[in-house]
Amino acid sequence: MIGRLTMKETGIGETFGLGNRELRVEKVGWWQRLVELVSRNPLVFIFIFFIIFPFVVPYKALATQIIIWGLFALGYNVCLGYTGMLSFGHAAYFGIGAYTAGIVLIRLWQNIWFSLLCGLLMGGITAFILGYLCIKRRGIYFAMLTLAFAQLLYFVGFQWVDLTGGDNGLRNIPAVPLSIFGLSINIYTPLRFYFFVLVFVASSLLAINRILQSPFGHVLQAVRENDQRAKSCGYETSNVRWMAFVISGAISGLAGGLYALYLHFVGIESLYWTTSGQVVMMTLLGGMGSFIGPFIGAGVFLYIEDTLSVITPNWMIFLGPVFVLCVLFFPAGIWGTIKDLSTRRRK
Amino acid sequence: MGEILKTINLTKNFGGLSAVVDVNFVVKKGDLQSIIGPNGAGKSTFFKLITGELEPTRGQIIFFNKDITSLPQTAISHLGIAVSYQITNIFPMLTVFENVRVAVQSRKTTFNLWSKAISHKEFVEQTRHILEQINLSDFKDEIAANLSHGHQKRLEIGIALATQPKLLLLDEPTAGLSPMETRQTIELIKKIAQDLTIILVEHKMKVVMEVSDRITVLHYGKLLAQGTPDEIRNNEEVRRVYLGGVKI
Repeated sequence: MIGRLTMKETGIGETFGLGNRELRVEKVGWWQRLVELVSRNPLVFIFIFFIIFPFVVPYKALATQIIIWGLFALGYNVCLGYTGMLSFGHAAYFGIGAYTAGIVLIRLWQNIWFSLLCGLLMGGITAFILGYLCIKRRGIYFAMLTLAFAQLLYFVGFQWVDLTGGDNGLRNIPAVPLSIFGLSINIYTPLRFYFFVLVFVASSLLAINRILQSPFGHVLQAVRENDQRAKSCGYETSNVRWMAFVISGAISGLAGGLYALYLHFVGIESLYWTTSGQVVMMTLLGGMGSFIGPFIGAGVFLYIEDTLSVITPNWMIFLGPVFVLCVLFFPAGIWGTIKDLSTRRRK
Repeated sequence: MGEILKTINLTKNFGGLSAVVDVNFVVKKGDLQSIIGPNGAGKSTFFKLITGELEPTRGQIIFFNKDITSLPQTAISHLGIAVSYQITNIFPMLTVFENVRVAVQSRKTTFNLWSKAISHKEFVEQTRHILEQINLSDFKDEIAANLSHGHQKRLEIGIALATQPKLLLLDEPTAGLSPMETRQTIELIKKIAQDLTIILVEHKMKVVMEVSDRITVLHYGKLLAQGTPDEIRNNEEVRRVYLGGVKI
């Protein structure tokens, strides 16, 4: 359908007399149809877009970085967007995932699958333990507890030099070839590595999509909407939030593991609160509560960083106002605003 | 007929304020029992004690011969007590269908992460049935926040029904409704009362007199009188403190 017939309900007799003034054909723009199509089948479009993506950004490593951070933001979004918990300590799970994957590769077993699995599990286990303590409080207290525990882990990482390399970070993570069906493939060209990461991002997207459509996923949204009512329906809402926190932590851990493989290095700042802040910013920039939002947020954030950090080391000065303006005027984030605009025009 | 719910010397103090004082209260199976009383008589607090949202200062609550005093709210919900709140308490950004479906599902599963929610036929079927009962089938895909106040109130009752309760607490289900909506809600209450035990808190005396089997009057947290609508109507003391001396 190209046009849509809209007729104002005010006085039909008048309408006929006045002709075009009341009875008009409004064109539905191509972009509005696109937005509708994308928000109806987000996964299909994300996958198609991701396949073209590395060829449209300035260099392929940036694309890799964007989808890794996008994955992290996606995991974070399970917590913030779908369950309504504002965590300020997701660096903990990202950082733990990164260190775990790196340490496993250096000391334990030079197998990429195993190292990423360990990153994912350790992210989940850490979230399981810390989450148990954090979800006992709500709102600002929850945010502060998550922040405090993340900082605690940061200082542990900082001091435990033997294991983590302390301030110098975890260096010399070996570039182990990927073994699959008895083949061993070198994945360390920018394009290959991008698609390697994409496999994990795609499977996480599918998994999270599945979880959100499950009975549990619906309970999550009920808890976000009205915790008290969910409780009076007989749901143990604190356990539900805890579970969401663990899933979120595990995805963040996986993202951390991929980041370690990408850099062959884990910096101590991956556990620092700025990392937590960054993922909050990305999610809010892009728009929470959707699949596409976190990736758009990560893309915009890293693209701005990439472009401006060449010009000035103080690039954050420019990003700050963008973020402030976004939160003030587009609280639904970039994707949320695009969606609103496309539906509002048509009403 | 058997007693479903019994409270023994149920008391709740908030600091120096006694909201509920030594209330002995019995609900029989199949009855529609109303609680009336002036504002601040402790009606809502009494409900919150039964549902486990508040813990009593002293006294006991017996439900089907089981002591449920101090059980957590979720456990009490699973034993079969549901509540429809005075202040509309729904899941605003979910659809009407989803509001009820998520409550239906609460009886069976929480941590099912891997099947599709809408593939559970029995939940969908039951949800449809409840939407028909509360007469909201036409609005099933509407976002709950966009419903009119009257419809939200009915959805509220639907959520409570969806948990398949043995005892339903209704806290002012007609508050803020137009005369026509009030009438519809009365009909709904009469319909569900046929196979459900209900405790009703309500201000509109007409509604209370019409639907109740028995009425309990609370005054400053104390039990003032109990009886059939006729007995309450003719009770001198009730008329003096509550009905303002007016004969109804």
